[in-house]
Amino acid sequence: MATPSLLFWRELRLSRMILRRMLQIVPLLFVISVISFALVKLSPGDPVKMFVTPNMHPEDVERIRRSLGLNLPIYEQYFRWLGQIVHGNLGYSLQNSQPVLGQILQRLPATIGLMGTALAATLIIAIPLGLVAAKYENTWIDRLLNMISYISISIPVFWFGILLIEFFSVKLNWLPSLGMQTIGENSFVDLAQHAILPVTTLTFQGCGAYYRYVRSNTLSEIRKSYVEFGHAKGLSIWKLLWSHILKNVMLPVITLLGMSLPTLISGAYITESVFSWPGLGLLSVDAIFSLDYPIIMAMTLFSGLMLILGNLFADMTYQFVDPRIRK
Amino acid sequence: MTHSKILEIEDLTVSFHTRVGDIQAVRGVDLELYKGETLAIVGESGSGKSVTAKAIMRLLSKKQSSIKQGSILFDGIDLSHASEGQMMNIRGKDIAMIFQDPMTSLNPTLTIERQIIETLRMHQKLTKHEAQKKAVELLEMVGIPQPEIRNKQYPHQFSGGMRQRVVIAIAIACNPKILIADEPTTALDVTIQAKILELLKDLQKKMDTSIIFITHDLGVVANMANRVAVMYAGKIVEIGTVDEIFYNPKHPYTWGLICSMPTLDLKDKELYTIPGSPPDLIHPPKGDAFAPRNPYALSIDTLEQPPMFRISDTHYAATWLLDPKAPKVSPPDEILRRQQIFERLEAGEVVQ
Amino acid sequence: MHDVRYELLNPATLGSKQVTYTERRETVLYRLFHDRRAVTAGSVLVLLTIICLLAFLSPYDPNQLSIMDKLHAPSWAHWFGTDDHGRDYFTRILYGGQVSLAVGLLSMLIAVSLGTIVGTVSGYLGGVIDGLFMRFLDVFMSLPSFFILMILNAYLKPSVQNMIIIIGLLSWMDVARIVRSQTMSIKEQEFMLYARSIGVRMWRTIFKHLIPGVMPSIVVAASLNVANAILTESALSFLGLGVQPPASSWGSMLNNAQGYLGTASYLAIFPGVLILIVILSFNVIGDALRDALEPTE
Repeated sequence: MATPSLLFWRELRLSRMILRRMLQIVPLLFVISVISFALVKLSPGDPVKMFVTPNMHPEDVERIRRSLGLNLPIYEQYFRWLGQIVHGNLGYSLQNSQPVLGQILQRLPATIGLMGTALAATLIIAIPLGLVAAKYENTWIDRLLNMISYISISIPVFWFGILLIEFFSVKLNWLPSLGMQTIGENSFVDLAQHAILPVTTLTFQGCGAYYRYVRSNTLSEIRKSYVEFGHAKGLSIWKLLWSHILKNVMLPVITLLGMSLPTLISGAYITESVFSWPGLGLLSVDAIFSLDYPIIMAMTLFSGLMLILGNLFADMTYQFVDPRIRK
Repeated sequence: MTHSKILEIEDLTVSFHTRVGDIQAVRGVDLELYKGETLAIVGESGSGKSVTAKAIMRLLSKKQSSIKQGSILFDGIDLSHASEGQMMNIRGKDIAMIFQDPMTSLNPTLTIERQIIETLRMHQKLTKHEAQKKAVELLEMVGIPQPEIRNKQYPHQFSGGMRQRVVIAIAIACNPKILIADEPTTALDVTIQAKILELLKDLQKKMDTSIIFITHDLGVVANMANRVAVMYAGKIVEIGTVDEIFYNPKHPYTWGLICSMPTLDLKDKELYTIPGSPPDLIHPPKGDAFAPRNPYALSIDTLEQPPMFRISDTHYAATWLLDPKAPKVSPPDEILRRQQIFERLEAGEVVQ
Repeated sequence: MHDVRYELLNPATLGSKQVTYTERRETVLYRLFHDRRAVTAGSVLVLLTIICLLAFLSPYDPNQLSIMDKLHAPSWAHWFGTDDHGRDYFTRILYGGQVSLAVGLLSMLIAVSLGTIVGTVSGYLGGVIDGLFMRFLDVFMSLPSFFILMILNAYLKPSVQNMIIIIGLLSWMDVARIVRSQTMSIKEQEFMLYARSIGVRMWRTIFKHLIPGVMPSIVVAASLNVANAILTESALSFLGLGVQPPASSWGSMLNNAQGYLGTASYLAIFPGVLILIVILSFNVIGDALRDALEPTE
């Protein structure tokens, strides 16, 4: 049994697996695009009306209709629309006539900054706490952390945001409650001050789920016999947690991470609304209120795509990191 | 045996705490282990044999169990009262243990090499490179072909028997004085079982380690052990040399175990099974715990626990049948047959 | 001298002295009712539901505007104070609670029924149909569901009914998965093969054996489902895309309370605390149920 060939087969199987997963995505992408297209078509209101003035001739109205391609059969309209999308033309916002893609790209940094910081903080806080709670199962520290985690997964995120604003902005007047920066100021400190409350909100909300996941996985790992054998080798529980259990616990956490990735891009609709954080979440909510369907469509497409890619990412990483892949 | 004692267990009592009450898993075990010998502990599941082993290693969870009384003397230290720090120095270095299921004893996500050198570097001052070299030697020693390549692989790339060899390699890495093997072959195929047992015997000869061999399978014991302790309901009911236990057993429970051993010449005889089930150890019976399942039970068995009666210097059994006042009972045919062999053995005959 | 104690026991008397196992039969319900968390959470929910249903006993009209009584702090006359239109906040909380709980429970019912149907059909038929159903499920899993919810609520006329239906239709997937795998494993069991061989009506056997087998996991999923539905409803209503005035739910009351931070904080405190308590209770019950079904020790 020579290893090179072994490795070769493993690689081959991996790439076949990746290919299969990629193919599975195609119908999902199709459905997402159909739904996005349907959202445009089903939106209340006739798009032609935007171009119509009261004293226009019916023929002119018809001409506009034709020039917009609205006289074509629905599937042809879909493919024309799809062609536009593929070329990066996502249309123009109805509110300010700006290109949709430009608006999205302009807002992207704010969202990635907010969500990325929150996700990093969540991982840094929740994973060690999960391990510690499992190590001290059924002691006061475990019970306390469990209680907080229950609150974290149950609290309505907007209410938690409101409470933070009420306390830190309104009562104590320590931190700003709205927006990303004070007008006219462009310093990092100012940005950080604006970010503290929304990041705290998102982190608190995220920690509960990750903590519970890590804790329950650690508990089931701790009961496995390789841990007992590790003890019998003379390893301490901390050493075992760090060099054996953590890696095995992190594998399933990757799945959870994959599910969090889409929100990194599509933003947090509610948190961004509460704190008026100018990211993609707020853009989406605003678009919904003003029925700005080109933006709605683009964001549906965008977040659907991200969700699919996030799952794919989780799957792939899992396959690469877990040595049991060959099974 | 003229060897010196290496481990001395006295009156070991272990309980597990449950919601319904304390399970008295080990109820006053006295046991000695000599240098270089193999002592088998035999019993049904729940007899306390594994708990005894884990108590020696202090691997029992402090939350769920406690050593109520007794001492475990090793190298001048009472392990039952040793600190966790002391134990971490002893575990894997002086006393090593291997477990039943080789499929789960190894961490699936770390290479074999990492899992071996971890122990080496923990207990011996070795550089990474030295430890890696030692790991290859160890794998070679336990009979794994191509150790340099296998070393870098993950557990799932090994078969069950090969994994148990890796586990053994880890256990013997630091030349332990005592090796505790908790049902090391139960999860393996019969043919592989034999090879693993052979390996253990071989290694013992090379390293002069004492082995505590825990099993529910009396058949495995015969060509493995020097002495055998039979456990029932948390107590040792009979202990003796391998010949004494196999050919001159005195306890009705041992009789039952021997009669229920499958033999090759078993034609249309039905395999004997001991009737009933082990007693509730939350409320252990007042007298002999085996009495309810014992066809030879005496009235006194329900009243008082039998003491250890001495049969020879090496052979003891806890049954009232050995009391001079007890009636003479006739053991099962199979036991009578074996006792005849034993008499011939005693007389110095070579028995086939 | 002969000692009676050393007589052999008669096997017949032995039988009576046999140690009997005092193993207590622990059913799921037994474990659940001995779980302090579950009992507390359950009682809280039952109590809250009853109080909300008794809202009609309140002397105040939840929609009666009264400018004179605007923004009174909590007092004996108005336990939770009054809102910005002078309406009794306690009464409104009770009516709002009815809406929140109804949305949670009814959309859960939709999700569970849909999930159970899809799961059984897919798991039982297998093959092409199963493949199709699973792809269908994948599609639903890859929908940005909260976003879709917001859009649908904006496109359609926001109403409690619409919300119940939409939330239900977007949250059946977990149940479907659980039921599907359970159905497949039951299908493979021996009694099913036997039933098939003697020509017993398949669907009847499936349901006879499936329901008790899968019920517990459905109940767990359902309980977490209610928690999620209530959270979703409150979030939508908070954004103004859910329950519309003059009707109210706890979420829409929070939306309104946002304007009075610092001046009348109690407007935000009461509905928030109630949402938290209700969702917390459902989550706790879900967990307790899971523990009762799969005891670790």
